[in-house]
Amino acid sequence: MSGTFVGMPAFPKAAHEAVNNQTLRGNLRHATHTIRGKRAKAVAEVSDWAALREAGKQIKDHTLRHLDRYLVQVEEAVTAAGGTVHWAADADEANRIVTDLVKATGETEVVKVKSMATQEIGLNEALEAEGIRAYETDLAELIVQLGKDRPSHILVPAIHRNRGEIRDIFAREMSEWGRPAPEGLTDTPAELAEAARLHLREKFLRAKVGVSGANFVIAETGTLVVVESEGNGRMCLTLPETLISVVGIEKILPTWQDLEVFLQTLPRSSTAERMNPYTSTWTGTTDEDGPRAFHLVLLDNGRTDTLADEVGRQALRCIRCSACLNVCPVYERAGGHAYGSVYPGPIGAILSPQLRGTQSEIDASLPYASSLCGACYEVCPVAIDIPEVLVHLRERVVEGGQVTREGNKVVLRPAKGHAAERAAMRAARWAFSHPGALRTGQRLASRTRRLHPRSLPGPGRAWSATRDLPPVPAEPFRDWWQRTNGGKDGAK
Amino acid sequence: MRVALFLTCVNDTLYPDTGRAVVKLLTRLGVEVDFPMAQTCCGQAHYNTGYRHEAEPLARHFSDVFGEYEAIVTPSGSCGAMVRELYPRMGERARAEGRGDTLAATLAPVVPKTYELTEFLVDVLGVTDVGAYYPHKVTYHPTCHGLRGLGLGERPLRLLRAVKGLELAELPGADECCGFGGTFALKNADVSAAMGADKVRNAESTGAEVLCAADNSCLMHIGGTMTRLRTGMRPVHIAEILASTEEEPTA
Ligand code: SF4
Repeated sequence: MSGTFVGMPAFPKAAHEAVNNQTLRGNLRHATHTIRGKRAKAVAEVSDWAALREAGKQIKDHTLRHLDRYLVQVEEAVTAAGGTVHWAADADEANRIVTDLVKATGETEVVKVKSMATQEIGLNEALEAEGIRAYETDLAELIVQLGKDRPSHILVPAIHRNRGEIRDIFAREMSEWGRPAPEGLTDTPAELAEAARLHLREKFLRAKVGVSGANFVIAETGTLVVVESEGNGRMCLTLPETLISVVGIEKILPTWQDLEVFLQTLPRSSTAERMNPYTSTWTGTTDEDGPRAFHLVLLDNGRTDTLADEVGRQALRCIRCSACLNVCPVYERAGGHAYGSVYPGPIGAILSPQLRGTQSEIDASLPYASSLCGACYEVCPVAIDIPEVLVHLRERVVEGGQVTREGNKVVLRPAKGHAAERAAMRAARWAFSHPGALRTGQRLASRTRRLHPRSLPGPGRAWSATRDLPPVPAEPFRDWWQRTNGGKDGAK
Repeated sequence: MRVALFLTCVNDTLYPDTGRAVVKLLTRLGVEVDFPMAQTCCGQAHYNTGYRHEAEPLARHFSDVFGEYEAIVTPSGSCGAMVRELYPRMGERARAEGRGDTLAATLAPVVPKTYELTEFLVDVLGVTDVGAYYPHKVTYHPTCHGLRGLGLGERPLRLLRAVKGLELAELPGADECCGFGGTFALKNADVSAAMGADKVRNAESTGAEVLCAADNSCLMHIGGTMTRLRTGMRPVHIAEILASTEEEPTA
């Protein structure tokens, strides 16, 4: 994944800063609560939401089950329509393919449609290293790029910024990248949008190469689909002479008819719109109109390995609507950067450790970045049971086990740093398997209750730093039960 | 009717009053309660932290202890959800790992018979007015596993609304997690504390004296935050409110 995230500290450490940043907390709280409420309303309008959700899940599962077949179909259809298909096993290969394609055009700049796949592989950085400048044209993505920042949300990468901060970024940075911000720019949404529009328009009209991702790829015709709200994506898709689309292999839908389901669930889940304002579809090339050359880069980058995992593979159903982020109480406090990946929030917590493996400190901590409250599963339009996958990945972290890496089955050892916890869990299991031992422990706790501190040493300190512990009662329930025969012998 | 009380390890050790309240309440409603002394823990903490293999013997132990009973009642939404939602899943996983149907078959009998307390009252006994008296202003926090795991829905609220003297205050952001999440509270203490503080502030804004829930683990976290923030509010388990009568007030 993107080089910018390498060496991130574990989630709790990264979240610590965010939790104490009041501006960030305020921005996130406001944004997520607003969209959360709107989404709930937009979903409630649809009488057959549960059926749509189930249909989405089934279509995706079916496609994943027969992915080999559909991928071949996509390649044939795209080729027949005048496009060229490239296969990329990992980020490096994908970056190399795109860089070479751009170089072959002789251009040194490209305009970009917002795309998670190109962020995942760190394409902008890779192009930059080869002297090619990539301009983000999605408004929020532009804010992130101008601010030399990292995205913190799937749909609204600049969700952590408020209007005042955006104004400052525009005023300071736009001139370095192209048309400067107008004098005396204020932080009203209309003025900010106008400044971005003028700045971007120049790019659209000049660029000869466009780079995009896709929300869906229709196998039967080799058609790619991008849904968006601003229309900037459509400009990038239609104006340049060469279009290069980098798409994860899980984005395929077998037929046009399948698209119907997602054109209903995606906009409502993501922006709370009944229908997204722009739906662009393109199939290969046409003589009179649009790009003259079209390249589709099909990206694996850990997806086939993820597909091999029975429990974890459901993460590949994700349509990147970001509903799970907006509803997640942990995301709301920790912010997107703490996840150390372009995929933040609940989906990031299960996707990143599968695509990248659980070896690094940040990836081993991500499955624990959840209280398992289940709100993400409830809103997910393709019914990904995120809590189930989180627990499954926790198991991988603490107990190791067999996984598939680059197509080979390998046995992982437990991650480091869990020895004490494992010992405690085993000891607790032993005590719980021996009711007598549990009882002895309870009695001991009761007898020494006056000696118990209200704050704890060791790992428990984190608890008692902000919360008081309950006092240990004089008598555990089971002793009371035995003494009084469940209250029948008089005593309460 | 004779039921087994599964009190849970947390309640047994730290909140025996909740257990006494359940016994008192169910006895008052004509239910014969038994407390199998061999019971320990459902294995939820192990399972959710990633130690599924450590949780398996505990689940088997649970089935051995409770398998004979007609119904198993527990005053804990999350332990109830563990049995009902996750025991079947443990069976499936064992099967997927080529270990056969033994675990699934062992756990199957207890799954449909396990009820969270408010579910048992409303669905099995068919009562909403349990004859309780509790003259306080109360707000209700639907814990995540009760709300989304078990789908308790309106049941606890219906029970509370029927309590004489009780004034129910609606909790803003009720369905947001309080931030406990078992070992999450230790592993991600900062985020957990921030979530707890927000929950407590929302509770405070209702002007209630008592925050009630159907799970003592969440109440421990919320209550510990309340005393630290010096709110003057009290956490009380719903069983203790429902057990309270004019003659014998509890909590
Ligand atoms: S996991 Fe589900 S809710 Fe989250 S972004 Fe993906 S599709 Fe949307």
